[in-house]
Amino acid sequence: MLLIHCPYCGESRSELEFRWAGEAHIARPENIAEISDEAFAEYFFIRDNTKGIAWERWRHIHGCGRFFNTIRDTVSDKFLLSYKAGLARQPVPGASEPVEGDAA
Amino acid sequence: MAELATRAVPLAGAHGGTASVRLKPASSAHRISLRAGEDAVSTLSTTLGLSLPTQPKTSASSGSRTALWLGPDEWLVIDEGEGGLVEAARSSGAVHSATDVSHRNTAILIEGPGSSDALNGGCPLDLSLKAFPVGSCARTLFGKIEVVLLRTGEQSFRLECWRSFSEYAFGLLREAALDAE
Ligand SMILES: [Zn+2]
Repeated sequence: MLLIHCPYCGESRSELEFRWAGEAHIARPENIAEISDEAFAEYFFIRDNTKGIAWERWRHIHGCGRFFNTIRDTVSDKFLLSYKAGLARQPVPGASEPVEGDAA
Repeated sequence: MAELATRAVPLAGAHGGTASVRLKPASSAHRISLRAGEDAVSTLSTTLGLSLPTQPKTSASSGSRTALWLGPDEWLVIDEGEGGLVEAARSSGAVHSATDVSHRNTAILIEGPGSSDALNGGCPLDLSLKAFPVGSCARTLFGKIEVVLLRTGEQSFRLECWRSFSEYAFGLLREAALDAE
């Protein structure tokens, strides 16, 4: 059974209690009524779909109900870090520089 | 004379279990689903008459009432006495949301040396006394349904579930009890 750490419950729980919620740190444009259709499509639909280290939102839907962010390797399915929603994009544990997308 | 609808009690007459896992439906209770921010916790605690727990997986009891931590701003409050939970929360004057879920939920009481094994037949939580001591609670899964589990004693649990799922929960527990020593 895959265990996922929930930063609100403070412990690792069964993956069955969680739901994937897409790429993390997608910021809604401040001036959303003014941006072009292309810029809106970029914000709304286009995702990196990273192979490798990915920053993702997860939700502990059958536990505390909270959304939070993780760093997960989409190849090995290994979770490297979980952190609370609202925190900035966290560096990859053990890496000297923050890694962007699949540049690792 | 107008005919009155009679309320059907979920799991009325249900029985099951084994010598090491005894199962019985809990008697009816008052319940609220309570949502509130950090700054409302102390006044709500005062008017509800118990201290709302703020640590994950913990509960607090006082008299007939028990508050179960479900999330950082969410509790299930159960009153097996006179009720008045919504009124008590309202009298706090603090910003909160209290929804009466007395009849949405029902509960099954599980007792005996095999109770944690029977629950683990459908629940992925670590139910050892170290990880889930007496008084612990969590919203989790039991088979295909979402439940709230409370450990009421070393060998006893209260499983809260939605009433329409209660026959499923009872049936799965009855099956799992057969495998639990
Ligand atoms: Zn959680």
